Amino acid sequence: MNPITSIRSRTVVMPSTNIDTDQIIPGRFLTTTTKEGLGQQLFADWRYDANGAPRADFILNTPAAQGCRILVAGRNVGCGSSREHAPWALLDYGFQAVISTEIADIFRNNSLKNGLLPIVVDAATHAWLIANPGAEISIDLQTATLTLPGQAPVGFPIDPFARYCLMNGVDELGFLLSKNAAIEAYEARRGA
Amino acid sequence: MSQPKTMFEKVWQAHEVVPETADTPAVIFIDLHLTHEVTSPQAFSVLRERGLKVRRPDLTLATMDHATPTRTEQVFGGAPITIESAAKQIRQLEKNCAEFGVELLGLQDERRGIVHIIGPELGVTQPGKTIVCGDSHTSTHGAFGALAFGIGTTEVGHVLATQCLLQKKAKTLAVEVAGQLATGVTPKDLILAIIGQLGVSGGTGHVIEYRGAAVRAMSMEERMTVCNMSIEAGARAGMIAPDETTFAYLADRPRSPKGAAWDAAVSHWRTLPTDEGARFDKRIDIDGAALEPMVTYGTNPGMVVPVTGNIPDRRGDPVFDAAMRYMGLNAGEPIRNAPVNVVFVGSCTNGRLSDLRAAARVLRGHKVAQGVHMLVVPGSQEVKRLAEAEGLHHVFQEAGAEWRESGCSMCLGMNGDTVAKGEYSVSTSNRNFEGRQGVGARTLLASPETAAASAIRGRVTDPRELLNG
Repeated sequence: MNPITSIRSRTVVMPSTNIDTDQIIPGRFLTTTTKEGLGQQLFADWRYDANGAPRADFILNTPAAQGCRILVAGRNVGCGSSREHAPWALLDYGFQAVISTEIADIFRNNSLKNGLLPIVVDAATHAWLIANPGAEISIDLQTATLTLPGQAPVGFPIDPFARYCLMNGVDELGFLLSKNAAIEAYEARRGA
Repeated sequence: MSQPKTMFEKVWQAHEVVPETADTPAVIFIDLHLTHEVTSPQAFSVLRERGLKVRRPDLTLATMDHATPTRTEQVFGGAPITIESAAKQIRQLEKNCAEFGVELLGLQDERRGIVHIIGPELGVTQPGKTIVCGDSHTSTHGAFGALAFGIGTTEVGHVLATQCLLQKKAKTLAVEVAGQLATGVTPKDLILAIIGQLGVSGGTGHVIEYRGAAVRAMSMEERMTVCNMSIEAGARAGMIAPDETTFAYLADRPRSPKGAAWDAAVSHWRTLPTDEGARFDKRIDIDGAALEPMVTYGTNPGMVVPVTGNIPDRRGDPVFDAAMRYMGLNAGEPIRNAPVNVVFVGSCTNGRLSDLRAAARVLRGHKVAQGVHMLVVPGSQEVKRLAEAEGLHHVFQEAGAEWRESGCSMCLGMNGDTVAKGEYSVSTSNRNFEGRQGVGARTLLASPETAAASAIRGRVTDPRELLNG
């Protein structure tokens, strides 16, 4: 995983509440055995019509959305299925961060492990972002702040260990493997 | 005397390999890792790339359920599997398990089934264990007093390689259910009512403990239905304290402890329930006796009403308006007016023997209404065998329903068992999200009793009308 320190991009706004992982990547696309190429199927049932043609009225198909790397979603994004294909699809499409007022637990974990930043903001910041689609904003991981155009930076909560891993490109499996002695001691203690 | 602890805290502390610090999450040991064909291939690939082994094959069990066919000729008859990529995924799991020495209950194994159904059946699901699987409905196993939760594929790789996970301790939420459920009201109705009250994110960051008289009176199968849908309220795990019902279920299961080991295990399991006076971070109260059969009307499991009730009128709320547009239903109308094209009985929520018995009890002597397609998919091959021994398959087939081999099937439609665009499905599964059961499919979640009654009448039906005469 490449280190991440900051992101600056225009936003795409999808204001719907409870965007579940079945919407992010429908189940019929989960028969893959790799992580690659899922961006094509991101939001497939909202993005394409029955013949597979792009729906002109869906936000990702509009010219304004092209090149945007930050997705602003309604409350409780990523609920439902644990499929890691959801962050894989968002990343493969080109998103690097998802912003909402609430982010579901498993989706947040899966996102952090793949370098997709799940950012929870307060209601006022969220309302501004929803009302200003396409705004160019910046995210600074070092200071854990988000800066809206012409405004002072606002902080967002992020687990310090996850931030450390993201900023240094550290993968958590390597960290866990380094705990081998403690794992062996635990197994011995339990007589497992 | 030590501080009173919740059951969650006891199980958590017993599995801390390295405790949480201000800078790092805890390293938690996993006692049982269940895995299936859909969320594991990329994890095995990581092991292969990094030259790692599966650390504890003895604590790992694989099966296939999500994308597997349910047609007998495709499972046992050598007929080609309809979806080629699903067939490839099945072969990939066979290859991965052989290469890494993981036990696989494969496509034709008589012990195969939905991963959350076979763990308890085999007796590998036990009180006090930490149990994970790359599937959000892993919360099912919490019915035994295990700490069981869904993980992503990266974490599947972590557990395969280290038998551990990096975790931050969750908060606790007590759901107290007083009274007893009335006749015709099931644990499915209870959990739908709980999700309706909590909302689909009300449990985020929490582990739920279901408590109270109504919960204590439930069988293990019923408790599993409740814990199964914890994730639909946002909670990764739901737990129920083990008791005599739990021990009776586990006694003599193929892989439960035997002899002196059984006695020692039961003694340990008796120490697990939450101590008197332990504090939960949050609590909600439900009057179990006041509940009615419940049916969802919208596009998340929290959009639910009693079967006797009307769809609420929340016009102006964008979630509600979008759901009504998708569902083709109207604010304020009785949910009983909703048409039915498909009825699905099955899934890790309601695919156990007691669920099939409940559906058959309603269906016996009736026919599925003309124009309704009813599919009954047992949760495991063991459930199928037991149901057939009781003749339940004849009840379904004589009513005009299809009887299939086990699997996740129409819950998520990965294997081609889908609901057509615009059709209404009364389903005993767990999610009514847009497109969950097929592109454009409209799902109404309900109990097996309500599903069977709705199949007979061809519209959403209160099962009590059929159960009472």
